[in-house]
Amino acid sequence: MAERYDVVVIGSGPAGLTAAHAAARQGVRVGLVDAQALPGGQVWRHDVRFSAPAFARRCMQATLEHIKIDWLPQTRVVGAEPGRLLVEDPRSARWLKYGALVLATGAREVLLPFPGWTLPGVTGAGGLQALAKQGWPLAGKRVVVAGSGPLLLAAAATARRHGARVLAVFEQAERAAMLRFTRGLWRWPARVLQAAALRTQLAGVPYHFGSVVTAAQGEDALREIEVSGPHRQRRIACDQLAVGFGLAPNVELARMLGCQLEAEGAQQRVRVDARQHTSVPTVYAAGEVCGIGGRDSALIEGAIAGLAATGARTGIASLQRRRAQARAFARQLRETFAIGERVRALAQPDTLVCRCEDVTLGALDAHVDARGAKLATRCGMGPCQGRICATALAELGRAAGIAARPPLFPARLESLALAPADGVAPSLAT
Amino acid sequence: MSTCICVIVNGKPVEIVAGASVAAAVARAGSQFRRSRSGEARAALCGMGVCFECRVEIDGVPQQQACMLIARAGMQVRTDG
Repeated sequence: MAERYDVVVIGSGPAGLTAAHAAARQGVRVGLVDAQALPGGQVWRHDVRFSAPAFARRCMQATLEHIKIDWLPQTRVVGAEPGRLLVEDPRSARWLKYGALVLATGAREVLLPFPGWTLPGVTGAGGLQALAKQGWPLAGKRVVVAGSGPLLLAAAATARRHGARVLAVFEQAERAAMLRFTRGLWRWPARVLQAAALRTQLAGVPYHFGSVVTAAQGEDALREIEVSGPHRQRRIACDQLAVGFGLAPNVELARMLGCQLEAEGAQQRVRVDARQHTSVPTVYAAGEVCGIGGRDSALIEGAIAGLAATGARTGIASLQRRRAQARAFARQLRETFAIGERVRALAQPDTLVCRCEDVTLGALDAHVDARGAKLATRCGMGPCQGRICATALAELGRAAGIAARPPLFPARLESLALAPADGVAPSLAT
Repeated sequence: MSTCICVIVNGKPVEIVAGASVAAAVARAGSQFRRSRSGEARAALCGMGVCFECRVEIDGVPQQQACMLIARAGMQVRTDG
């Protein structure tokens, strides 16, 4: 079974939504694919208790209700060939053919290993935010938020709204870096308001700089953490630790399609031109996958990509000017919240790095290259396919070879059986 | 007021707000999600379908990501935690 769309958009966060909408307004048929059941991506993730901001609701509604757009939820891309994608939903697998493709696959959280990070009760910062919105029980729970970046404040605010007792936020960046950042913030007035609103929601929650959670302790669940601040060390009893170190672009599908990637700090992003065109004909990319830029640049880039994917010539120039401004803010954020040496040194030789296969950092020491380490230790060979450990190892400055090998996600045999003899399935054996 | 549904986690009924994920139901039941290869207890980490730490068996189908699925009334969830 195969379906064909003029434009297929992968991901229904802000970039994917505006890409689908912009393309559909040009009169073409659009398929909007997302692995989640509901649209919004991470930043506009559905909250079981609180409704989304009005602007987000309008944006989602305008796209999903557009007559030229087919909404394809709970659909994961597991394989790719030129011009078509192998997708799987809870019931079946099929090929989706496209005239043009827009990758709006967003980003995931950078989760770095430290002693105790595998304990139940330790989640990502964005991770806890996502779980809270899914109805994860937080009422009355003692929550500590730590790591780096503006997401910490958003995560803390969400946890609090869901009834958590947020004990503190620990930011690894130094106070001086934060002050420099704040002084330059006047150039983005909307961000000042956003930051102020978050601080109001977090009234009474201490926000510490230059502070790192060095260990989490407990038997089968988190009980206590150790925090190293600029002046002292302390222990804090808590039920949940939400710790994240910023975001990394989800480039796996782009890599499989052969799109050129470029460095973004220790991670990689998809290289695009001014029209969001990747190095592969008919493949465009927008939003976080092109580098962490936040919601505003995602909205703008999605619209550019959607127009460009239909071959439109007008309407793009003004969007390109707005994109430059939005992207400049992201650069400031990156400098301010750059991961410090202290964080990179947290993992000990006996700290697990690969959580799927229980491989310690020390076990990797004997291997000179990533491939050797992988073959000998199975590091990166579990179901997450290295999405957690390779991202972390890259941040720690260690080689982490991730191949663009199908399937992109663990898939059912029935799905792989759909792949042609020279396509997805045989690669599994190599 | 939001309605609640009942999900069965490891044989135990759990009330959860309609629209909540299976991961939220397992957490509410107080169950672990899985044991790692070396026997460690694990639970949801990323909340967005990346890490696979929250995988459980749902209605007899193993290896389902609990954070990616909305709980349905009467769903039978099993964890190996």
